[in-house]
Amino acid sequence: MRYLPHAPHEIEEMLSVIGAGSEEELFASIPADHRSAPSEPSRGLPEFKLLGVMEAMAARNRVLPVKLAGAGVYFHAVPAAVSHIVSRSEFMTAYTPYQPEVSQGTLQAIFEFQTMVSELLGLEVANASLYDAATGLGEALLMAVRVHKNKRTKVLISRAIHPLYLKVVETMLGSFGGITVEYLEVCDTGATTLPEAIGGDVAAVALGYPNFYGVLEPLDQAAGLTTASGALLISVTQDAALLGTLAAPGALGVDIAVAEGMSLAGTMGMGGPSVGLMATRSALVKQMPGRIVGQTQDTGGERGYVLTLATREQHIRREKATSNICSNQALVALAFSVHIALLGHLGLERINTLSMNRARRLMDGLLTIPGVRRVFSGPFVSEFVLSFPGRVEELCNHMVDSGVLFGIRLAPLVSAPELADAVLLATVETLTEGDIDRVVELAANFYGGRK
Amino acid sequence: MPDIKKGMLRKVPVIFELGCEGREGFALPEAEPLTGEPLPDRFRRAAPPLLPRLDEVSVVRHYTQLSHWNHAIELGSYPLGSCTMKYNPKINEITAALPGFTRVHPLQCEEHLQGSLELLYVLEDSLKRLTGFERITLQPLAGANGEFTGLSLIKKAIEAKGEGATRRKILIPDTAHGTNPASVVLNGFEPVSIETGAEGHLLPEAVVPHLGPELAGIMVTNPNTLGIYEASLKDIAAMVHGAGGYVYMDGANFNAIMGKVRPADIGVDTMHLNLHKTFSTPHGGGGPGAGPVGMTAELARFAPVPVVDRRDDGTFTLVTGSDDSMGKLHPFFGNFGVLVRACTYILELGEEGLHEVTRRAVLNARYLRKRLEEYLDLPYQVETLHEAVFSDKTLKKETGISTMDIAKRLLDFGFHPPTVYFPLIVSGAFMAEPTETESKEDIDDFVAAVATVIGEARENPDMVHNAPHNTGVGRLDEAFAARKKILRYTPAETDPVD
Amino acid sequence: MDSFKYASTHEWFDPQTGKVGISQFAVDHLGEVVEVELPEVGEDVEKGQEIGTVESTKTASPIYSPVSGKVIEINEELEDSPELVNEAPFGDGWLLIIEPSDPDEVSELLDAEAYADLCAEEEE
Repeated sequence: MRYLPHAPHEIEEMLSVIGAGSEEELFASIPADHRSAPSEPSRGLPEFKLLGVMEAMAARNRVLPVKLAGAGVYFHAVPAAVSHIVSRSEFMTAYTPYQPEVSQGTLQAIFEFQTMVSELLGLEVANASLYDAATGLGEALLMAVRVHKNKRTKVLISRAIHPLYLKVVETMLGSFGGITVEYLEVCDTGATTLPEAIGGDVAAVALGYPNFYGVLEPLDQAAGLTTASGALLISVTQDAALLGTLAAPGALGVDIAVAEGMSLAGTMGMGGPSVGLMATRSALVKQMPGRIVGQTQDTGGERGYVLTLATREQHIRREKATSNICSNQALVALAFSVHIALLGHLGLERINTLSMNRARRLMDGLLTIPGVRRVFSGPFVSEFVLSFPGRVEELCNHMVDSGVLFGIRLAPLVSAPELADAVLLATVETLTEGDIDRVVELAANFYGGRK
Repeated sequence: MPDIKKGMLRKVPVIFELGCEGREGFALPEAEPLTGEPLPDRFRRAAPPLLPRLDEVSVVRHYTQLSHWNHAIELGSYPLGSCTMKYNPKINEITAALPGFTRVHPLQCEEHLQGSLELLYVLEDSLKRLTGFERITLQPLAGANGEFTGLSLIKKAIEAKGEGATRRKILIPDTAHGTNPASVVLNGFEPVSIETGAEGHLLPEAVVPHLGPELAGIMVTNPNTLGIYEASLKDIAAMVHGAGGYVYMDGANFNAIMGKVRPADIGVDTMHLNLHKTFSTPHGGGGPGAGPVGMTAELARFAPVPVVDRRDDGTFTLVTGSDDSMGKLHPFFGNFGVLVRACTYILELGEEGLHEVTRRAVLNARYLRKRLEEYLDLPYQVETLHEAVFSDKTLKKETGISTMDIAKRLLDFGFHPPTVYFPLIVSGAFMAEPTETESKEDIDDFVAAVATVIGEARENPDMVHNAPHNTGVGRLDEAFAARKKILRYTPAETDPVD
Repeated sequence: MDSFKYASTHEWFDPQTGKVGISQFAVDHLGEVVEVELPEVGEDVEKGQEIGTVESTKTASPIYSPVSGKVIEINEELEDSPELVNEAPFGDGWLLIIEPSDPDEVSELLDAEAYADLCAEEEE
């Protein structure tokens, strides 16, 4: 087999050095009653046939060229240089950088990644990545409880955070146990209803920024509340690209900011591999989960990088670790970094401005159709919710025939009467004004014209 | 002038030190100023983030130059024990990048995702055949996330029986990876460490005192981190079941028994597999991986949602509704791209090929062990499978040279050292796993390098103690990093962060 | 230093000043200390209670209180200069001062000689 570099005579030589008569003999330590009778083992495929099988499988997916859907997955234009760099053997086929002297490439790239994340999230220290934004949010909540030495065990979580993130968080907190979750409801503007004041038992308040419905939460106001009570404010952003334009969560008073980076990394198809970004204030770094790279020097005084503050982690602290995370999403983080490096702040500003313009054109256009209305009045960036005058599923199918993924219907995800006929729409820089006008036209025709 | 370290290896500035205002690395349409509803000023950045200002050529050169500072499996041996650094087939990268997979949105309706769902179904089915489980969830994002998942399933099962308040103890052998106790705590269980027997096996008598109404289960890596098959696991599983507990198997080392043992058949209730170890997906400098979790029929009702089923007409459907489900590990389908790679590997090799992989992985490891025994202490003499753990005990006593020194000196010979100082029960552990994709001469070369280093330890210990000498940077000061906490780049002209 | 008393968990206690630190033996096994976590001044502690941690790059080792009593001072120098623990574990690298509440506990601690025997045993 092509991945096994052994000639038959080499196998014989090796067996004779070992002192074994056959490869089978090497498994003598496995008791007979542990062995399962081999069923008829399946045969492999040569590469050209395999490729045909996989191509046929992939082709059974339906790719819709015009995507107006987000909900955590945004089809940004990702330049070829990104996949080229991450495909380099030296990055792709390296292990976690445990031997820093032969891993400086990965380590420096992570150090640069941490700097980018720190800048985008507006907080002093970032880690080397978490699995995704949803587990990142769960980790942030657990971290907040640890910061309070487990003396505050209640967390307030906005219902306007991505419902699928909330499912993941529920799983994490539910298994951990001992944490009381209170949900904060959504008000008419689409922002979260903040309480007048919060109690001394609250470890953290978590809000989306923007939230699942695309609405910008007044983080600064929430920060006033949390600061007054000693709780931590956590924000979660579904598309890190927006943070090139939006006020950084840290600047608005957030203590632990989380964001999803896959949509810039180019791995968003089918929703992953994802990459969770996390940053916090330097005072809290000892409670932060995940790997962290730090700058240091070698014996000759030259700059170099190592994994550091490892006493937070499972391989040293075991049951007292801040998290169980070991493998993270390093290569996705690298892809994210390369893309950010190509974009710079001007590129990010450009894609956000393009997305915002397209979003406004789409919203304004669709609102000319009788019965279409905006569900939430709060300020938005490039994702928003509209309610349609019935037959929403049919509308979406109608769009499919023209190659359009017309948003995400909210009814299957969120059970709220006002969202029964609602669609969550999102725009990215790759959409043209022509695409938008065509979609508006399709919708108008579907409902029989405009106002 | 480029700052040359040696040869063509360049010192690489931090990316923020490069470039200048006015350079662009993107090609995007011009954007008109924002029209329509404005973005309120309170939500706009006051100042732009400090990000690189570079053209594409400079960015590509920067990262390519950085890449030259890495060792990688495609450059040479990477015999990290328990990490299974095998060759990553190239065809996997082609299939994972097929537009059908990469250009669909995970929330499209299931009729549009038939190809992806088929992939998930085929992968689950293949893993079921290899492990004997009723159901495999593909959502877990890495081994540790798989551990969390399996333990959550156990917790659900215990709670369903109304024993949640009392059954809280999970036994973990002292050879276990640190993720095991950490995962136990994340599930609200209590880890209880149990000792490995003198011969490197887990013995039933170590478990007996813990059998009772407080026992939630046991978490066993098999083969264990000494590379030794846990021959008592079937008996221990029966004992644990008899006491009302469950058995979790850490499948990090499944590559040693694939095709020989189906864990479900020996009493394992749930286990994870590391697709980035056994099933050839690249490690990527730390991830992404994937940690699918198998479960018995009893636990399957608690499986994370959604699960993929095949309808009678051959189409695939997502089943989301289950009141008993433990919930979700990921908003969508986990690290889907990793799943495509692993599925490709399994289909290419077939079970015949996978079984051959197991045989060759063990052949290589046993050959390496036999050759290295000449130079290093082997604290456990019993038969091992895919890896072997040595100790620096004698060498350190005689020469003062430790495992860390050997590891660093091996770098000078172009070898990535094995895993060091793990498992914790072996002093100065040196844990080597060649994997099946190393040739005899690769292993012979590695042994020759170790032999040279051991020779130097006796004749020229300073050479070893001060290693590495040939790498781009010398031995790095970890204490300096931990004390100074320079965790991001800060431009020279402003005050440092903190 | 000869008048120092020792806990079997490798902390020293100076009956004269109430200072607590970790022994040279402990420091040698820890490696380079990078962070020290200490209790708050005013806290009441029990003998044998985990009152903090000394961290090196490779391990985090708990500090157990050698005696019961009240924490009356902590060594604030260690926040910026944890290396003092390596440089002078019996001097500037002291950790905290405890006012003991039970003199019997102090006399139960090991003297220098008994502690040296313990270390020799553990080294085996």
